[in-house]
Amino acid sequence: MWAFIKKEFLHIFRDPRTMVILFGLPLAQVLLFGFAITNDINNAHIAILDHSKDVVTREITRKLLSSHYFLLNRYLKSDADIKPAFRKGEVKEVLVFERDFARKLQKEGVAKVQILLDATEPNTANILDAYTRGIINTYVLQRMKQSAAIPISIGVQNKMLYNPQLKSVYMFVPGVITVLLMLVSAMMTSISITREKELGTMEALLASPVKPGHIIIGKVVPYVVLSFINLISILLLSVFVFGMPIQGSIGLLLAESLLFLTMALALGILISTVSKTQQQAMLLSMFALMLPTILLSGFIFPVENMPVVLQYLSDIMPSRWFIIILKNIMLKGVGITYFWKETLIIFSMALLFIGLSIKKFSVRLEE
Amino acid sequence: MLPIIFIIPIVQLLVLSYTATFEIKNVRFVVVDQDHSSESRKLIDKFSGSAFFTDMGHLPDYKAAENAVQHDDADQIIVIEPDFEKDLVNEHHAQIQLVTNAINGSAASLMNAYAISIINNFNKEILIKKLPLKFKGMPIQLSSSFWYNPELDYITYMVPGILVLLVTIIAMFLSSMNIVKEKEIGTIEQLNVTPITKFEFIAGKLIPFWIIAMIDLLIGLTLARFVFGIVIVGNPFLLLFVTSVYLVLVLGMGLLVSTLTNTMQQAMFISWFFLVIFILMSGLFTPIESMPVWAQQLNAINPLAYFIKINRMIMLKGSGFADFQRDFYILAAYAVLMLGFATLRYRKRA
Amino acid sequence: MSQRETIIEVKDLVKKFGSFTANDRLTFDVYRGEIFGFLGANGAGKTTAMKILSGLSRPTSGKVMVAGIDVSHHPEKVKRKIGYMSQFFSLYNDMTVKENFRFYGGIYGLSAKKIRERTQFYLDKLDMKSYENMLLKNIPLGWKQKLAFSLANIHNPDIIFLDEPTGGVDPITRRQFWELIYEAADQGTTVFVTTHYMDEAEYCERVSIMSEGQIKALGKPKALKEQFGAATMNDVFLKIARNVE
Repeated sequence: MWAFIKKEFLHIFRDPRTMVILFGLPLAQVLLFGFAITNDINNAHIAILDHSKDVVTREITRKLLSSHYFLLNRYLKSDADIKPAFRKGEVKEVLVFERDFARKLQKEGVAKVQILLDATEPNTANILDAYTRGIINTYVLQRMKQSAAIPISIGVQNKMLYNPQLKSVYMFVPGVITVLLMLVSAMMTSISITREKELGTMEALLASPVKPGHIIIGKVVPYVVLSFINLISILLLSVFVFGMPIQGSIGLLLAESLLFLTMALALGILISTVSKTQQQAMLLSMFALMLPTILLSGFIFPVENMPVVLQYLSDIMPSRWFIIILKNIMLKGVGITYFWKETLIIFSMALLFIGLSIKKFSVRLEE
Repeated sequence: MLPIIFIIPIVQLLVLSYTATFEIKNVRFVVVDQDHSSESRKLIDKFSGSAFFTDMGHLPDYKAAENAVQHDDADQIIVIEPDFEKDLVNEHHAQIQLVTNAINGSAASLMNAYAISIINNFNKEILIKKLPLKFKGMPIQLSSSFWYNPELDYITYMVPGILVLLVTIIAMFLSSMNIVKEKEIGTIEQLNVTPITKFEFIAGKLIPFWIIAMIDLLIGLTLARFVFGIVIVGNPFLLLFVTSVYLVLVLGMGLLVSTLTNTMQQAMFISWFFLVIFILMSGLFTPIESMPVWAQQLNAINPLAYFIKINRMIMLKGSGFADFQRDFYILAAYAVLMLGFATLRYRKRA
Repeated sequence: MSQRETIIEVKDLVKKFGSFTANDRLTFDVYRGEIFGFLGANGAGKTTAMKILSGLSRPTSGKVMVAGIDVSHHPEKVKRKIGYMSQFFSLYNDMTVKENFRFYGGIYGLSAKKIRERTQFYLDKLDMKSYENMLLKNIPLGWKQKLAFSLANIHNPDIIFLDEPTGGVDPITRRQFWELIYEAADQGTTVFVTTHYMDEAEYCERVSIMSEGQIKALGKPKALKEQFGAATMNDVFLKIARNVE
């Protein structure tokens, strides 16, 4: 068996491009997510159509632009400019102040602001709308308090649990770890097994006295090791570069990862037993595994918001449960009592995949 | 191969388009009300009455509430101190505490914004009630209108994006694995002894994939129209035209990868590496504006970023050619460049 | 002849895949130290039979004894006694010659010392000492074939199964390869070989010719030629094929 493990490592190390993918991709992903990719809205380009240009509209404009959410792209001159600005995709929001804004506010007690949003990206539109309303309302409240003799109000003290600086890396690191363990374990093992089939070396191995189970273990162990190295480098990066905490027990984190890995490896073996060529195995693990892992697991999009049917579908994604576990350990710092259910689910999936692949594997030998 | 090329993308389009929503409809909150006054109850009623919030009940102390968040039974905690009403009456000012699960930072800031707007409205009502003569109603009236997608429908937003994504993945993988496959099984030598020119060879590889990807796109657009009810606002032929140029670019890239690698596995991994980065940075899932400047500059070489932008402009906004001509010319030049490289790199004596 | 020890005993071997019968009541013996040619057109059922003999596949019915072991009941025990070389040579191109030896020695459970000995022995014999640290992919096909044979032999098996071992190599290399086979047979190893090349059939001590899942002819090449009134094994083969049609 040791000979096997050594051989598998040789295959990996002799192929520098694979090494680059194995180690480069995860690091690139963490760095991208850490530095570049965020769901937050910053510096959204807006345009302002100010029909009034008085003290109040300038004050509101100033308030808006002094927040980091908005960046003034330009002032528009007329209503006719709005449509082209949106169509060219230059601005996400246009703010329209009506004529005689300050005067109307003074005399009639009411003045109107229109918020126009490019809703082709509904998420951005929604958030921009909420921010704009928040800023203007705060301004209104301040004015009201100033003019009222007795400024009565309720103040709010905010506390952000687990992620006080609202860093998106906190959200993404568990996802990247999951995708990566899935990729390395399931895809790499399935490819390396089908490669032996394609090259014809699998027959020689099966004709040897080594038990099929040992062949599989020998192929799988190197990827476990690699995944672990990867896991640790991602953790180091997220802790030391992005200041992400690991609140809970590191031992528990590693143990849960090992369980998830086992599940993914079993899945990889299962894929390899149903595919005849490397190309098939790759496409299967790439298409059938990657996009759903990213989209259905709650990595980027919250599962709670999906249609019910998709929520059921996401229930059978092992990655979904692992992401919950990771967040619990790393960010909430809670123990196994909080996620024994998720652990159990992954455990049973692992058993299922192992059982299925043993069955498939021996059937295949029969052919 | 056929099911992989046609059926999987369609299934994924149908399923995955529904996944992508950040929308927060249902903030689950728990209350720790230590005041039990009429004012505190009124405030909580405001939350319960909002469509965005769901009341998960009252808890005796903060510890129990935090435990609920830890178990993921609640997203937000509203803590009202014992002297809330008294402070409001006597001091004209009272504090409440708002605790939010911030693991998902952007969701947290949105939840927070919703909560604060409820509290602000409550504040205004107090003022209007106390000083009815001075304030008749809201002094500044805000009205929002959401252009191109008034219902804020996420499907409308995701379908064009996912469609582009799937067509790109198909085109990239088919082309990047192609030449290298012939290298691996040795048929390339067969071709090398024929008198075809480099350019003919590359063109011969490109055209079938181009047709497959176009068919995928057409199927996808048909589904978008009849399943998701997305009408292409702009000119559909303009969309097809831009797509045809974009596909040449992606296929050119794939073929370049294919000429540079020796095994299918390598080709697959390299295209995967670039695709992941292209996809994540393309603005498909996250807004490009929020990225730091260097990352936005990096997108200058990201074909997907250009194409998703143009695609959404045509499909959803009805933009014309003049609106995105700069981006289009970049795509076209890029396509020529990639194809040129692929042709140059392909040697007949491999 | 009958005094020779029987090492492979096959009686009424049947293998079915669904309703398709790949092997139809095969019966034959192979003796220790013999070179036994197993011939047949593509799809005649050769590979299926070979897989059963080497413990890769289970027979539907019939008795198969290899090196005194019942294959249907103890396929794993059989594998210790046999060597196997496929038409793909089963070598790892991204490993060196030495590493391939070490790997195959390892999976057959040889000690490190034994592996070193055997590696040296074969490298000397094949005159490949200078190649030992070279990656397999840089080595010519002919050499690879000889290496594959040596690797299949590394644990001194009782029987060595060769599945179309000479595909794609030139006649001179093929000739040299057969010398290796003779040498192994002289030392008492039984060689069970499938091939398409009818000239190679002449090198075998006895051959069997399969068609449509059945053994149509079995015997020494000379005897078969007489029986079918043919000048070469190729003609024998063609006559059998024609009879079938």
